[in-house]
Amino acid sequence: MGRARTIARRSFLIGSASILGGVAFGAYFVTRQTPNPLLEGLAEGEAALTPFVKITPQGITLIVPRADVGQGIASTQAMLIAEELDIDPATATLDPGQPHQAYFNGTVAAESLPFPAWENGFVASTVRELMGNVARLTSSQFTGGSSSVADLHETLRMAGATARETLKAAAAFRTGVPRADLRTENGQVILPDGTGIPYTDLAAQAAAIKPVTDVTLRPASEWTRLGKPYQRLDIVAKSTGTQDFGIDVVLPGMLHATVRANPGRGGGMAGYNADAALTMQGVRSVVEVNEGLAVIADNTWFAFQAAQALEVDWLPPEYPASSAEMWQALINARTDAFRNSRLRDDGDVEAALADATVIEAEYRSPFLAHAALEPLSATVLVEAERVQIWTATQIPAVVRDAAVELTGVDPSRVTVHALPAGGSFGRRLDHDYVVHAIQIAATMPGTPIKTTWSREEDMTHDFPRPLHLAVGRGAVGNGRVLAYDLDSISPSLVSSWFGRIFIVPPGPDTLLVWGAFDQPYAIPNYRVTGYAAPPMMPIGSWRSPGACSNSFFHESFLSELIHAAGADPLEERLRLIADADSRRVLEAVGEMSNWNGADIGPGRGRGIAFAHTHGVPVAEVIDVTMTDRGIRIDEVWIAADCGTVFDPVNAEAQLTGAAIFGLGHAMNCELTYENHAVQQTNFHTFEGMRLHQTPLFHTRLLERSEQVRGLGEPATAPAAPALADAIFAATGQRLREMPFSRSVEFA
Amino acid sequence: MNLTINGTDHTVDLPDDMPLLWALRDGLNMTSVKYGCGIAQCGACTVHIGGEAVRSCQVALADVWGEITTIEGLGTPDALHTIQAAWIEHQVAQCGYCQSGQILQASDLLARNPQPTDEDIDAAMSGNLCRCGTYPRIRAAVHAAASAMREV
Repeated sequence: MGRARTIARRSFLIGSASILGGVAFGAYFVTRQTPNPLLEGLAEGEAALTPFVKITPQGITLIVPRADVGQGIASTQAMLIAEELDIDPATATLDPGQPHQAYFNGTVAAESLPFPAWENGFVASTVRELMGNVARLTSSQFTGGSSSVADLHETLRMAGATARETLKAAAAFRTGVPRADLRTENGQVILPDGTGIPYTDLAAQAAAIKPVTDVTLRPASEWTRLGKPYQRLDIVAKSTGTQDFGIDVVLPGMLHATVRANPGRGGGMAGYNADAALTMQGVRSVVEVNEGLAVIADNTWFAFQAAQALEVDWLPPEYPASSAEMWQALINARTDAFRNSRLRDDGDVEAALADATVIEAEYRSPFLAHAALEPLSATVLVEAERVQIWTATQIPAVVRDAAVELTGVDPSRVTVHALPAGGSFGRRLDHDYVVHAIQIAATMPGTPIKTTWSREEDMTHDFPRPLHLAVGRGAVGNGRVLAYDLDSISPSLVSSWFGRIFIVPPGPDTLLVWGAFDQPYAIPNYRVTGYAAPPMMPIGSWRSPGACSNSFFHESFLSELIHAAGADPLEERLRLIADADSRRVLEAVGEMSNWNGADIGPGRGRGIAFAHTHGVPVAEVIDVTMTDRGIRIDEVWIAADCGTVFDPVNAEAQLTGAAIFGLGHAMNCELTYENHAVQQTNFHTFEGMRLHQTPLFHTRLLERSEQVRGLGEPATAPAAPALADAIFAATGQRLREMPFSRSVEFA
Repeated sequence: MNLTINGTDHTVDLPDDMPLLWALRDGLNMTSVKYGCGIAQCGACTVHIGGEAVRSCQVALADVWGEITTIEGLGTPDALHTIQAAWIEHQVAQCGYCQSGQILQASDLLARNPQPTDEDIDAAMSGNLCRCGTYPRIRAAVHAAASAMREV
């Protein structure tokens, strides 16, 4: 590291002190190794060789701190450790651990910065590293932003290697054989004569010596597990009904609760009458919680029934009452007063448009619910000076801090039992449901209470993906795209979500324009402007936040310009993109789909879209056919490059799952508001894609990029614009508003 | 009230109009049966009654007309049903929350139709929602299970 970077780090950290509320961070704290939380509470003869590996005479525990919300990261984390530790991860216990600074996430903080992911210049990479360090100091341990693999793949392999070499050192100490003459295999240190000493027998010895930290990682060519097809560690449990999710916790003497909150988020309550509810069967009590009331009962069904019998006088919230008014607020915000960013401004857009026939189009993306299939739930036991929480969360440290704030217990007396989630898609980056459960359980100390939101509460009180509006203006000439100007308008997700959970980072809201300003196109006159509309209801991160809307706008408008120019959609994108990783995925998807233009015959159409999100370039081609029952999606080709693939079977599942998520919502889903309340309260009016609509998928991961990245989100963003482009090719109709079911029928 | 579940008799003291779903989950702690929507739109709560796949959120306790089978009654980690083995082979599950219902629905389909086409699978399985988008592998696993079951 050069001197300039060191200086930059110090000055940034001094700057960050005021941002973070007066906490001054010295460089010493930044570079000092974080403490190992496993060292507390170790018994005699047990060893915690790193924050990720614990070995006792009874067995090996791997700490896998990133939350598994379905993306398979528990398995991937275990496999990364196991590759270097030389164990079969199926023989180890996986434990998400307790929230701790050691498990911070630096990648997401770095990616919220106003630099495109493919931009790796000096300033971008330096500031990224600094944000990572700030994340560590603030214990921002969270799972999201497709960051887990990017953030942890080296850390976890180093943890495995450190533990392995320390166990070898312990064996060397015991046997007198030099460490260099020892090797490891299948959970044992192997002596030169072939004798094996199980790691579990070496725990006490290993705990007594200084961990060996001078280790190097094995090259990919020596991997025996990573990069090869393997079975997810949870696949048997999830195929036999034996996987316990957050909602499945059963504790002795447990009661059940549910919540009824103001359908207008944040509106408050003028008064209520619980008399009828309190007389109902199995009801124990009605208590006040944030935003409304809760019923405690003998089972969930009794609680649900009684919650409906509550008579509540809700107060209206401050945001506009209807969807029509909300759209108008966005339209009104496209002025200098609301301008938030102009992170792309190449050439001279104004001059280029002044001399040309301007093509203009407006695009809309609706509010969307996360609607994970497992409704929000948390079980809490409050005792004297102790709180235990069982739940599925992406932010365990925030959950712990909420328990401290609500009950006054010491942080060391809060236990967060983090459980697998039945989906999340970003919803569990908020913890309002856990706050409810803590408030409820605090009214009955000593009794564990499971709080379960009904599906209707889950849909009504989401922190939805925000509605988003864009206006594109552009010009073409000589068969080429010459000018591209996109205005992107939405309430600020960064202010809303970061403000609720952490701190609002300084500078522009990059999420507002993610998937637009950061695309690797070299259009000669190219501008992207973000406008932050006034806050409405609180909003949240939804799989591929920002980009899930902006990519639809950006790629759709680019397609319109390419069509106007008379160019080929794939050829023109290749002509405009210089980034090698991005070009390769476009070339790959062209080869996979035998690309020969958008015209694939009467009644059919082919579309293409590209997006670079979460550091991963993804290109998708979609074929559709008009049938007498509506539009049918026939086939989807996806090419992506996330660098090294550790878990190929799951990687393919993430690509197709993310694309299905993007397609299903683009086709069928929206949240609309009347009288401040969400109109879609269950899956009959919000159903996403179903099996009969599912096309045939073909995927390819190139593994040429030097950046190792995650795949939970990247294939989501280009799905909607690729489908709209295919429908245009088939019908001549441009779909500029999601969901497309507003304009066309799907089979 | 008496219920026979996976061959074992159980007694529950719960109201007649309570959905079977909640009697199983909260009354008997059988949490493999999942709550997803409560209105028969997602299929997460699917169980068999008398061998037929039904949405347990829509069956009042007093109306249970036969023996109940949950996913545990189909097979266990140590003794997998052919359909479960196919689900594992094809690594269908992502979050896995819907999969007990998916497998029980597939079991109902294959009992009636040992060699289903894609269209048959669509018709039988489209009521089971998967928010993660595991549908391509569900389709593949149903075909694989059908093939394996015909060979037995």
